[in-house]
Amino acid sequence: MTATTDRPTTTPATATALPAQRGRARRRLVVVGNGMAGARAVEEILARGGAEQFSVTMFGDEPYGNYNRIALSHVLAGEEEEHGIFLNALPWYADNGIDLRAGVRATFVDRHARLVHDDTGARTPYDVLVLATGSSPFFPAMTGLRREDGSLLPGVFGFRTLDDTRAMLAEAGLHSRAVVIGGGLLGLEAAHGLQKHGLDVDLVHSPKHLMNQQLNAEAGRVLQGRIEALGIGVHTAARTVALTGEERVSGVLLADGRELAADMVVVTAGIRPNAELAARSGLLVERAVVVDDAMRCTGDDGEDAGEVYAVGECVQHRGETYGLVAPLWEQASVLADRLTGTDPAAEYHGSRTATKLKVAGVDVAAMGLSEPERVDDEFVVFSEPRRGIYSSAVVRDGRLVGATLVGDVRKVAFLQQAFDQGLPLPEERVQLLFDMGTPSEETGAAELDDCAQVCNCNGVSKAAIVDAVRGGCSTVGQVVDATRAGKGCGSCKSLVAQITEWAAGGDLAVDESANWYVPAIPMDKQQLTAAIRERDLRSVSAVFRELAPAGAEDAKSKMALTSLLRVIWPGGVVEERDARFVNDRVHANIQRDGTFSVVPQMKGGVTTPEQLRRIADVADRYAVGMVKVTGGQRIDLLGVRKEDLPRMWADLGMPSGYAYGKSMRTVKTCVGTDFCRFGLGDSTQLGIDLETRFQGLECPAKLKLAVVGCPRNCAEAYVKDVGVVAVGAGRWEIYVGGAAGASVRKGDLLATVDSPEEVIALSGRFIQFYREWAGWLERTYDFVPRLGIERVRKVVVEDSDGLAAGLDARLQEAVGAYVDPWSEGREPVVPGQFRPSLPLVDLPLVPRRPGGAPGGVLPDVHSSSDATAQVAEEVAP
Amino acid sequence: MTTTQSPAREVRVGHLDEVPAGEGRAYVVDGEQVAVFRHRSGRVSAVQAVCPHSGGPLADGQIDEDVVVCPLHLFAWDLATGESRNGQPPLRVHPCRVAGDGSVVVGAC
Ligand code: SRM
Ligand SMILES: Cc1cc2nc3c(=O)[nH]c(=O)nc-3n(C[C@H](O)[C@H](O)[C@H](O)COP(=O)(O)OP(=O)(O)OC[C@H]3O[C@@H](n4cnc5c(N)ncnc54)[C@H](O)[C@@H]3O)c2cc1C
Ligand code: SF4
Ligand code: FES
Repeated sequence: MTATTDRPTTTPATATALPAQRGRARRRLVVVGNGMAGARAVEEILARGGAEQFSVTMFGDEPYGNYNRIALSHVLAGEEEEHGIFLNALPWYADNGIDLRAGVRATFVDRHARLVHDDTGARTPYDVLVLATGSSPFFPAMTGLRREDGSLLPGVFGFRTLDDTRAMLAEAGLHSRAVVIGGGLLGLEAAHGLQKHGLDVDLVHSPKHLMNQQLNAEAGRVLQGRIEALGIGVHTAARTVALTGEERVSGVLLADGRELAADMVVVTAGIRPNAELAARSGLLVERAVVVDDAMRCTGDDGEDAGEVYAVGECVQHRGETYGLVAPLWEQASVLADRLTGTDPAAEYHGSRTATKLKVAGVDVAAMGLSEPERVDDEFVVFSEPRRGIYSSAVVRDGRLVGATLVGDVRKVAFLQQAFDQGLPLPEERVQLLFDMGTPSEETGAAELDDCAQVCNCNGVSKAAIVDAVRGGCSTVGQVVDATRAGKGCGSCKSLVAQITEWAAGGDLAVDESANWYVPAIPMDKQQLTAAIRERDLRSVSAVFRELAPAGAEDAKSKMALTSLLRVIWPGGVVEERDARFVNDRVHANIQRDGTFSVVPQMKGGVTTPEQLRRIADVADRYAVGMVKVTGGQRIDLLGVRKEDLPRMWADLGMPSGYAYGKSMRTVKTCVGTDFCRFGLGDSTQLGIDLETRFQGLECPAKLKLAVVGCPRNCAEAYVKDVGVVAVGAGRWEIYVGGAAGASVRKGDLLATVDSPEEVIALSGRFIQFYREWAGWLERTYDFVPRLGIERVRKVVVEDSDGLAAGLDARLQEAVGAYVDPWSEGREPVVPGQFRPSLPLVDLPLVPRRPGGAPGGVLPDVHSSSDATAQVAEEVAP
Repeated sequence: MTTTQSPAREVRVGHLDEVPAGEGRAYVVDGEQVAVFRHRSGRVSAVQAVCPHSGGPLADGQIDEDVVVCPLHLFAWDLATGESRNGQPPLRVHPCRVAGDGSVVVGAC
């Protein structure tokens, strides 16, 4: 082996992506650690023109680009998808000419030869080295934690990386009891996340109260109340001494002799800075890698260590280590100022940590002292444990030196600023915690300092938000997309909205666009509907032409406008296929590989042997990927090729079940009086009648119905958009606004009526009211609470506004105009309607279940297909 | 990664009539699939057919004069520059025009 396996420091990608160098060679910057601090430091360096000065190599032992570690909590809870959390995806590195060694671990730094050794055996020379190795979960000593080979007992997890999160997700569905050890931020997030997957979760915490690093005892107890209300068992002052289980963990043994059963254990008992690399390489390490105000390391012999720096959680600065992201943004910017020479005298003086977090869905903010320390410190406290609200402030010599908020953090912006800048405080101290003539939220946004950090997770200042608004962002959503503010833990969202509103114009300016029906047209739904009627606009392009600023069309507004036009003009719309979402162009639901799913109508969930035979034949003939009984009481044929759709519908000879549209989907029913010994009303027939009447109605969002024969509720009518329950003596209850999807909500009782006919009439009127008044994509579970059930009942049942006759008439018109979309496909409506858009390259295909397996199909008997995309001919030059 | 200025050569992929106004269709150019869009203004655009985010079929997406919105996760890309509006990797943009006889001609990259 040669002494150095010098890799070329300038890869071909670098050569093309970078501007020509100005005569002098760029210095070699090597960064070890591709996490939030390392990648941020490089971003800051590039932002200061560093690409001309440095060729950059990054080592990251996680085989990915840089992702938002904070958002792992959301991924675990199923609230966010993995792909959404990447801050710098792999192409970003290539685009910026960075040589990323993903999945490679640096093992040793030879400071004298200025070489980084890695676990592939390679050695990479540097001129400037930055360590950003972060930290790792700390596993306290417990009997049974590890197996003989040193690996963790199966079923035991840390919570730090994407891989940790994936591993937990993979197992969460298979198990039922989890114990989380450690009740700090991470432990609470892990417990909350696992509980969302249906596990019974206990949390064991050895200090006396939760989040003891940030909160005082009383605040910790209030938080504990909120956590217990979620259904998580909390055991404080409880030390874990052992894990039980041979092959896999089976329980957690506490010092007091109790044992908690567990088939998953997550250990979140603190973190330890990853400082071994630095220590092994002769750098000064105490609790972490020691740096000075220039973020520079020293040798362990006290000597100059050369151009070696460190940032992030692996760092100890003036005796402090940090476990949150905000300080590392400051460190990264000081480092970048120094390395690029933008400000060669830049210094880091430590961060005052203020925590503002959403923990397990509960807002928590803490800054400075959590309790008074001196006799003359003032302590202002408000505590309402029953509602889970706690606020306190510590004042010393007229200045705010600490504040804690749990459950209600509306005052955080004001407190934070008072804390950071030592502002004069209101004489009446209670005003620190409540708005009583102190700056209101709006003026709070106005008075907030420009450089005040609003989003700690992504390091976004007020100025950045204001700039985004000046730069043309006109909705909160656009600001969030542009700045990433609010995309971490989410606790700052309301402040981001306030600042956006304020920056967008004056104290009272509300974010108007929030009320617009579509982003492209500045009108709410009623104004838009009136304008469309008045001008007799019948096509989506006519609406854009006449009503959008500058007549500009907007891809993201098209689908909503198509739906609205069809509600306004049943049967009288000028069709424009491009204004439809692909599902509505081909009447099927697109899937991850570009194939589609086909769900035939099966009214009320009732089918026949004849229908089943036809479905079975079609499934064979087209070799569908899977045949599945859906949660909507019908049968789904999945993984169908686009070009097969028309023939499949013809062969099925059944109408569309509309499982793809923003429209009425299904009416689930139970077996009711015909068969069930408890049935009080013929729920099956009523369900079929409702489905027949409302089939295919386009709505602002999906609309799902159910009818049950008694309050045992076997078809889940209490949690449907419209749910009907037989209550005996010929009477039926109608519930609206229920949900059991991403939100779970019991519907509100709209009315109790005496006949199936009245059920049909009233639910129809409610549906039309919803179609005409709800915002785009607003499900009834938001619409009904927004108006209040009393208001809905007044309009729909009591006709307080004189709308009933019109609603009934327009619904009847829509019902009359119904055409089964699957009758269309036999002749394509536009050229190439069913031509595949599937690329020839490999895609993540939906799996085909093997023939014979449950849900499986026979091997591909279907061969002839016009699937091959058209191949082009070359143009003669 | 970004627009290639001088395509090696041009390829006729089909006739404009095959692409309905405001929609997209996929073609193969040099073994690579390209999504061709016909804007309502009459212009055409062409970009790689596979969504860089997670492989979605961009030709099934919705467009306006500026962007294409992928049908799978609704991220948007600028059809002229290929840049993502949501921090995703960029799209490869192909030069594309309508020839005198109504043929759609795409530059191979
Ligand atoms: C097929 C089915 C699952 C199954 O195998 O049973 C299903 C499949 C999908 N559901 Fe569902 N949902 C299915 C029943 C449900 C139910 C249960 C029910 O209808 O009784 C719910 C809860 C009830 C509700 O909607 O309130 C449900 C709540 C959701 C949600 C959450 C909606 C919400 O606002 O809370 C989504 C996401 C969305 O709409 O944005 C969703 C979205 C989806 C989509 C359409 C995702 C998509 O946009 O592509 C899935 C399509 C998969 C595919 O590739 O075809 N699905 N989904 C069920 C079809 C029922 C049917 O026959 O029509
Ligand atoms: C689930 C979770 C939720 C959190 N929530 C919040 C929150 O709400 N608010 C908040 O402020 N903070 C939160 N944090 C903390 C925050 O994520 C960290 O402060 C931040 O990630 C620290 O950044 P870093 O770059 O120092 O370390 P990391 O982000 O851990 O990056 C270090 C990287 O270096 C790599 N590495 C280490 N050694 C080597 C080596 N020898 N060679 C190559 N690569 C190496 C590691 O694999 C890692 O990828 C949370 C953390 C977690 C895990
Ligand atoms: S809801 Fe009532 S009628 Fe229907 S199956 Fe259940 S018990 Fe029987
Ligand atoms: S695959 Fe295109 S946006 Fe996700």
